[in-house]
Amino acid sequence: MTKFIIRRFLSLIPTMFVIVTLSFFLIRFAPGGPFSGEKVLPEQVIQNLMKKYHMDQPMYKQYLEYLGNVLRGDFGPSFRYKESTVNELIGESFPTSIILGSVALAFALVAGLGVGVGSALKQNKWQDYTAMSFAVIGISVPMFVVGPVLQLAFAMKLHWLPVTGWITGRAGLAALVLPALTLGFPYFAYIARLSRASILEVLRSDYVRTARAKGLSERVVIWRHVLKGALLPVVSYIGPAFAGIITGSLVVEQVFVVPGIGQIFVQSALNRDYTLIMGEVIVYSLLLVAMNFLVDIVYGFLDPRIAYK
Amino acid sequence: MTDEVILQVKDLKTYFHVDEGIVKAVDGVTFDLHKGETLGIVGESGSGKSVTNLSVINMIPDPPGKIAGGQVLYHGKDLLTMPQAEIRKIRGNKVSMIFQDPMTSLNPFLRVSTQMVETIVLHQGLDEKTAKAKAVEMLKMAGIPAPEKRIDQYPHQFSGGMRQRVMIAMSLSCNPEILIADEPTSALDVTIQAQILDLMKDLSARLGTAVIMITHSLGVVAGMCDTLCVMYAGRIVERGPTDALFAEPKHPYTQGLIKSVPRLDQASSDRLFSIRGQPPNVIDLPDCCPFYPRCDKAMDICKRKYPGATAFGKNRTVNCWLYNSEGK
Repeated sequence: MTKFIIRRFLSLIPTMFVIVTLSFFLIRFAPGGPFSGEKVLPEQVIQNLMKKYHMDQPMYKQYLEYLGNVLRGDFGPSFRYKESTVNELIGESFPTSIILGSVALAFALVAGLGVGVGSALKQNKWQDYTAMSFAVIGISVPMFVVGPVLQLAFAMKLHWLPVTGWITGRAGLAALVLPALTLGFPYFAYIARLSRASILEVLRSDYVRTARAKGLSERVVIWRHVLKGALLPVVSYIGPAFAGIITGSLVVEQVFVVPGIGQIFVQSALNRDYTLIMGEVIVYSLLLVAMNFLVDIVYGFLDPRIAYK
Repeated sequence: MTDEVILQVKDLKTYFHVDEGIVKAVDGVTFDLHKGETLGIVGESGSGKSVTNLSVINMIPDPPGKIAGGQVLYHGKDLLTMPQAEIRKIRGNKVSMIFQDPMTSLNPFLRVSTQMVETIVLHQGLDEKTAKAKAVEMLKMAGIPAPEKRIDQYPHQFSGGMRQRVMIAMSLSCNPEILIADEPTSALDVTIQAQILDLMKDLSARLGTAVIMITHSLGVVAGMCDTLCVMYAGRIVERGPTDALFAEPKHPYTQGLIKSVPRLDQASSDRLFSIRGQPPNVIDLPDCCPFYPRCDKAMDICKRKYPGATAFGKNRTVNCWLYNSEGK
């Protein structure tokens, strides 16, 4: 197991290298640049700017220099936000997105599993039908619709929660509720359907029949014999779900005016803010790769048949 | 085998309600099981053997299945009307089961020890440590080498035959009075089949367990069973002591089954015998003899009415118009 973890960990390095390299060149080859705008700058100014940011160098030199800086943990200065470095920009906004994403994922997992297990045990009864119809809504309605609807209902009409904004001090935790619900909703719905389906499948399996034939109570059958096997598909979904939640948070952050990384992400792409885009891509990829790594390890603990050699 | 009857199945009917109609998977099955007896139930796939035995311990998935009638008396108490909480004390304890496919019948996510210990703790009220010692002892009896080590492994670390040994050890761990074995060897290699059958025979004799052996293999029943029930389309068409039944099969279906077993002394140029036609579709079956379309001796009355049982001596009955005075 330890060997597997080390090897799996080492394989992250080439993955990250490929991501960095590809993104670096893709961004450079995209038309336009950080200094092209509606207002055409004088030739001399552009020359100076290019020089300042080492963009007058050949591409491979820029690449190698960037790679060296990244290895030292330095993402460089932002092209657009001249007074800040990329490290500062990400450092300020990324934790916000992570908090929002984690809360949303936790909500999706807890509620999704609860509803999924409940529906499976009440298969084809009204509880099941209600929950699954709700889940279809969750999967099909986009976040930019769910968000405003929640704002309208819980903030404008009922005045229970703030419309927009972010945690400031203790009282502000309420501001987390609506964006997290909106962000987690489709994942909650998907996890509910996924866990329902896999529980039903396991309930029909031979080994559950054996468990029942041993005289175990239904509660023990579900908790000991059904859940572990039924949870595997959900565990492997957590990796992609986290990816989706983090990218999905771009929309939600706009709707709820959350000062997360989503706010600067879209802008940086439009601005061709090369260093900022690269910084964000690297941080995102690291996060996703780490999540998948974690899921693999958890999977190994859950399923004894997987032998890590 | 003694004369004491421990399980009486009376006119058991299990129907499945599907979109196409009602499947009468078991339609009026009656048999007795004596203490220490080994009873074989033979028949083709879909003849209702497995459903009969799942019905006996009231484990038919509902919906779509439903036990539509009859009684299953275990020491005089009807298992079919017993509350779930009560029948659970019998399942796995007094009446236990072994299933066909050992590859899928054990939970792949739990250690063998967990799966064995939970049964023993549940039914015998032992603490976990004593229960585990008991489980090790059972595995040893079932012929698993180094049971102290093997018990902490997962099912996938055992071969098919070894897993079936684990199943047998597990099902016998609470000294059940009745062991229901549903095709316990059909999924195994031929060489392993014989070992498993010997093991079951040996252990059930040692522990005094009565066995209901469900199989489609006449070879299996011939070597193991005291008594035989032949099932066709949800009904028992003939039953009696195994020797008598093999020596002189009465029902045309039983005769066909025995004739279809390939024999070593047969000339290799001979064609193998087979019963012509297909087993009937048991959806909305009319009240006729379900075998008549395949029967060489079919008469007019066979198409109109199902024959009652004709007794031959104490333990032998046949449901066939050939032997029924009404049919003459």
